[in-house]
Amino acid sequence: NEWMFLFSLVCSGEIFELKAELNSDKKEKKKEAVKKVIASMTVGKDVSALFPDVVNCMQTDNLELKKLVYLYLMNYAKSQPDMAIMAVNTFVKDCEDPNPLIRALAVRTMGCIRVDKITEYLCEPLRKCLKDEDPYVRKTAAVCVAKLHDINAQLVEDQGFLDTLKDLISDSNPMVVANAVAALSEIAESHPNSNLLDLNPQTINKLLTALNECTEWGQIFILDCLANYTPRDDRESQSICERVTPRLSHANSAVVLSAVKVLMKFMEMLPKDLDYYGTLLKKLAPPLVTLLSAEPELQYVALRNINLIVQRRPEIMKHEMKVFFVKYNDPIYVKLEKLDIMIRLASQANIAQVLAELKEYATEVDVDFVRKAVRAIGRCAIKVEQSAERCVSTLLDLIQTKVNYVVQEAIVVIKDIFRKYPNKYESVIATLCENLDSLDEPEARAAMIWIVGEYAERIDNADELLESFLEGFHDESTQVQLQLLTAIVKLFLKKPTETQELVQQVLSLATQDSDNPDLRDRGYIYWRLLSTDPVAAKEVVLAEKPLISEETDLIEPTLLEELICHIGTLASVYHKPPSAFVEGSRGVQHKRLPCSAGSVDSPETSSTAGVSDAPPAVIPSQGDLLGDLLNLDLTPTTTGPPPPAVSTGMQLGAMDLLGGGLDSLCDTLVCDLQIGAGFGAAPAAMPASFGAPGSGGLDDLFDLGSGVGMPMGAYSPPKSVWLQAMKAKGLEISGTFARRAGVIQMEMTLTNKAMSVMTDFAIQFNRNSFGLSPAGPLQVLTPLSPNQSIEVALPLNTSGPVMKMDPLNNLQVAVKNNIDVFYFSCQYPISMLFVEDGKMERQIFLATWKDIPNENESQFQIKDCHLNAVSNKLQGSNIFTIAKRTVDGQDMLYLSVKLTNGIWVLAELRIQAGNPNYTPCICCYSAVIKNITPSF
Amino acid sequence: MSASAIFVLDLKGKVLICRNYKGDVDMAEIDHFIPLLMQQEEEGMICPVITRGTVHFMWIKHSNLYLVATTNKNSNASLVYSFLYKLVEVFTEYFKELEEESIQDNFVVVYELLDELMDFGFPQTTDSKILQEYITQEGTKLEVTKTKVPTTVTNAVSWRSEGIKYKKNEVFIDVIESINVLVNANGSVMSSDIVGSIKLKTMLSGMPELRLGLNDRVLFSLTGRDKGKTVMMEDVKFHQCVRLSRFDSDRTISFIPPDGESELMSYRINTHVKPLIWIESVIEKFSHSRVEIMVKAKGQFKKQSVANNVEIRVPVPSDADSPKFKTSTGSAKYVPEKDLVLWTIKSFPGGKEFLMRAHFGLPSVEKDELEVFFLMSIDFFVRYMKIIEKSGYQALPWVRYITQSGDYQLRTNA
Repeated sequence: NEWMFLFSLVCSGEIFELKAELNSDKKEKKKEAVKKVIASMTVGKDVSALFPDVVNCMQTDNLELKKLVYLYLMNYAKSQPDMAIMAVNTFVKDCEDPNPLIRALAVRTMGCIRVDKITEYLCEPLRKCLKDEDPYVRKTAAVCVAKLHDINAQLVEDQGFLDTLKDLISDSNPMVVANAVAALSEIAESHPNSNLLDLNPQTINKLLTALNECTEWGQIFILDCLANYTPRDDRESQSICERVTPRLSHANSAVVLSAVKVLMKFMEMLPKDLDYYGTLLKKLAPPLVTLLSAEPELQYVALRNINLIVQRRPEIMKHEMKVFFVKYNDPIYVKLEKLDIMIRLASQANIAQVLAELKEYATEVDVDFVRKAVRAIGRCAIKVEQSAERCVSTLLDLIQTKVNYVVQEAIVVIKDIFRKYPNKYESVIATLCENLDSLDEPEARAAMIWIVGEYAERIDNADELLESFLEGFHDESTQVQLQLLTAIVKLFLKKPTETQELVQQVLSLATQDSDNPDLRDRGYIYWRLLSTDPVAAKEVVLAEKPLISEETDLIEPTLLEELICHIGTLASVYHKPPSAFVEGSRGVQHKRLPCSAGSVDSPETSSTAGVSDAPPAVIPSQGDLLGDLLNLDLTPTTTGPPPPAVSTGMQLGAMDLLGGGLDSLCDTLVCDLQIGAGFGAAPAAMPASFGAPGSGGLDDLFDLGSGVGMPMGAYSPPKSVWLQAMKAKGLEISGTFARRAGVIQMEMTLTNKAMSVMTDFAIQFNRNSFGLSPAGPLQVLTPLSPNQSIEVALPLNTSGPVMKMDPLNNLQVAVKNNIDVFYFSCQYPISMLFVEDGKMERQIFLATWKDIPNENESQFQIKDCHLNAVSNKLQGSNIFTIAKRTVDGQDMLYLSVKLTNGIWVLAELRIQAGNPNYTPCICCYSAVIKNITPSF
Repeated sequence: MSASAIFVLDLKGKVLICRNYKGDVDMAEIDHFIPLLMQQEEEGMICPVITRGTVHFMWIKHSNLYLVATTNKNSNASLVYSFLYKLVEVFTEYFKELEEESIQDNFVVVYELLDELMDFGFPQTTDSKILQEYITQEGTKLEVTKTKVPTTVTNAVSWRSEGIKYKKNEVFIDVIESINVLVNANGSVMSSDIVGSIKLKTMLSGMPELRLGLNDRVLFSLTGRDKGKTVMMEDVKFHQCVRLSRFDSDRTISFIPPDGESELMSYRINTHVKPLIWIESVIEKFSHSRVEIMVKAKGQFKKQSVANNVEIRVPVPSDADSPKFKTSTGSAKYVPEKDLVLWTIKSFPGGKEFLMRAHFGLPSVEKDELEVFFLMSIDFFVRYMKIIEKSGYQALPWVRYITQSGDYQLRTNA
């Protein structure tokens, strides 16, 4: 064993001997010595002391020896930077060697020597190698540019290497093209704003040509690069797809997945009624299926990606259920992924088959797999209603096996089935209760307790059952304690006479003997509810629960879109955006799927666009609760959410309020900005979405837009008629809103157009998005005679009850006088809610900006806008400029706004320098909840 | 984009050899790999990607080695795994066996190969035939003939060198098929497909242009011909030498073949196959946790035909002990390292039925899935192979059809 032998030599302290050998005149001896050095380097011995001696061997015509010396250099140059300079001359010389292999070796190695001092010397050799006659040298040099850029980006830019690299995309040799593309992509990835990969139809064409000729790896580089391109229209998109589809037949799985990525992305742009669209869909399934016969690790990557593809385009794999059936010798990670995809593909058509499979799996030996299989049966029941009954009976069969973990999993999923289909399967409760004693996992115990509490009226000995849990109350996990508390309160409300003692016991356990704040809080809430108003308690605790969502495990749509753009990569394996696990990628723009060229034919399309009208399809179930509450009609709500949701649900609800309303908020903001900037844009110039009925009344704002030069101070629209005399028995109200000295005011003109005197005015607001309510009574002291008008200013505060309105800034008002009560609704400018202390600290702004989740971002374009004086005018409206900078000829303003309810809105205003009369701006709105004021 | 560094570890996690390609991940991170993997194994949740902080390990295992790639970027995972498997392929072709010893004995060549196979995380030339032209194991040979880069490395035809000469020009085509069947406990076939591949052994001079004709149904319906039996290929994968765009447009398989042996293509055919060997099993439990498994195998093919080397594998739980067997034909043995009973039948005539009884001490009988390896017939055939070369020599194509053991899983009631 040569290696061990060499190693033992070094170990026995023969480093001096090595030194002598390295300086020997005999070539063969020298080479053996270097080999020994490398051998000890390989086992982790520090042989850096031999640096000068090894570098002395560098000048040799023996290629093998040279390679070994280079290897040594790569390892130790960093620790001996001064001595590494000694090697520079040889590198420069080797870059001119007649043998291309040596030229390439030199340029490849010097890029790996990460020593600043050396890099400067390497520019000239690199420049030559980039223009070398031999493609082998050129392709190596192309990669070297990326290496150098990693060490010293500025140097690479100054030396113009980036342009040379771009030129190499047009090289005649496909390998050179592929490496140039790889190097450029790598550089572009670390410098997202560099606009390096300026892809246009000409370069795309070159890439597609090279795609047919380069190695499998080169094809991957090119495909991954293509995936970043956004075609101009559906025709270009189709022609690229046509040229990429042959790659689906490549033997290398990675080529196939990269091709799938390009196709999945560009497919977005194809109209769905196009024949080609259907053809493409059909072409995607077979290669994806074949990936499942690759090596297990590749299968795993493929399955994680198929999971995404199935969610985005279920039609592709809908007939391929069988290929996901688990084989007994699949590794566990493959089994679990297959199971997950099976559930996603489950439908009424194939549910029988799926269930039969799942039942098989539930009798396997692998505990984790069995658990997941049992859960999967529950998911089937919830997903495919027709199968629910079958699923329940399958679960009951499994419970009969008495295998502990199977029973526990089954009970957890049966709880969900009860939630989904109330009053249907309760007959099985008796069977479940039999297994009470065998439950030792918190989740299963909590589920069982929930069932007992929820159906207390049907279970004769519910009190005994719950009492049995109570004995070891303090040893239970929080989940079980909370559930037990709620269940006993439910039981008490259903059977008050027999269970008074029990409920007192649990309340005192929860409030007095527990140091868990959640438990105590919930205990106190129940206690007070029960002692003050048992009827209300009933309404709260026994309120009807919203249905559980069918697919809570679906990936949120914007994330899904981003992940589709990352098919084949780690992001697609983790199902997380790259920003979640790659350092320094926070500022990097999230990838998006392109918009469909077709019109708005599906909700899918609208969700691909930056601005979405539809609320996200998947709402976390807790958020649902409050979302529902907030969406309630004008009728007063009597039922509250069930207690478990209160603490967390509130915040989510608030988020939802903003999420859904963000668009309208943004619309309004944009208008304010326009007006602030003193520019009258014709309404026609506005993006179509602004004309949406939601932002009615905005037109009025535009009319005034040309009224330019608003003095310092908040903008206030002119008065408009809110209540017509005809509809209000002669009372006409016109009005507007203003923010004066930090106080929001509703300024109205009341006109009596009736024949008789009006007295006893009063005003009231319905609940609204920002909790606006009158700060005092309506001050109309004198009776209003016929044909008389009066100006009233009503100060408002924002401490009223909150309810999400649509549009967000809608306000419903009731005005009463001696004749009748009149209702009208009006819309207030959001800018009125911008508080004076809305200037965010620079640091905080920076940090917050980075943390804003992608889905909270929107972009708008404003036409005709000047930067000059914008910021001053904005400040008058409490829109504060935090920073100003100029990048690539674009002026950027960073703005912050704080709303009365503590929501911060951060914005970026980008203004392209150039034609001052027509300068498009892009505003980027991001909302983040800094704190929730008590009004929420 | 892909790997930051590549490591070859022994089973204990000792680094045998490594290469740092990008320098953005601390090389010492690899010390955490084995402990993390062990932890996953203990939890029974192994995964091909392991994360620690910002470092991601992507690994595969080959004989007594782990091949690990590290990265801290959003790497192309499928590319990394493909590359790791390519690494195994190249090393195996260089050293016959890829294992701890061969890495240690050839560390100089391994370093050279690692340098040539990947640059800055981008895979480069990975075709071992081409690599062998300029990276050789006999270092001494280099000094005599100054090695040049084969033009092949950067040619569009990167898999075949020019100037190859044979006295007798021949091509051997092997069509190798295997069938994969999954059969339910109640005997219904749940899924079945045939996976086939065409292997070439090319001994042709110069740069020949080859065209292969198959009884591909799509092609036949395209050209409107209908000559007998055709096959619907579900999915086809080609060696990089095949012009994919040409196949995509007119289903012609045209290529310049690599010299020597290569896999030209692989395909999958979805057919409904009747299992050729029918398996039934009965498990009987006795007191003292004794268990008897009876397996009955019946040949469901023509009486004249014989299936050779049939292997029936019966998975048993790992805690099985003291096995005893009785077979009506062939021999059965217990393979504890794979937790299965292997029943081998050298020749299995059609229509016959055989029995095997296995007796075990089994604390826990849970599952039973059988695997049978056997032979199958082929529908797929090569219609022609056209060979065109500038010099216009005569060449002989030879075609051979082979069926290999497929993966035939029968689930039985426990």
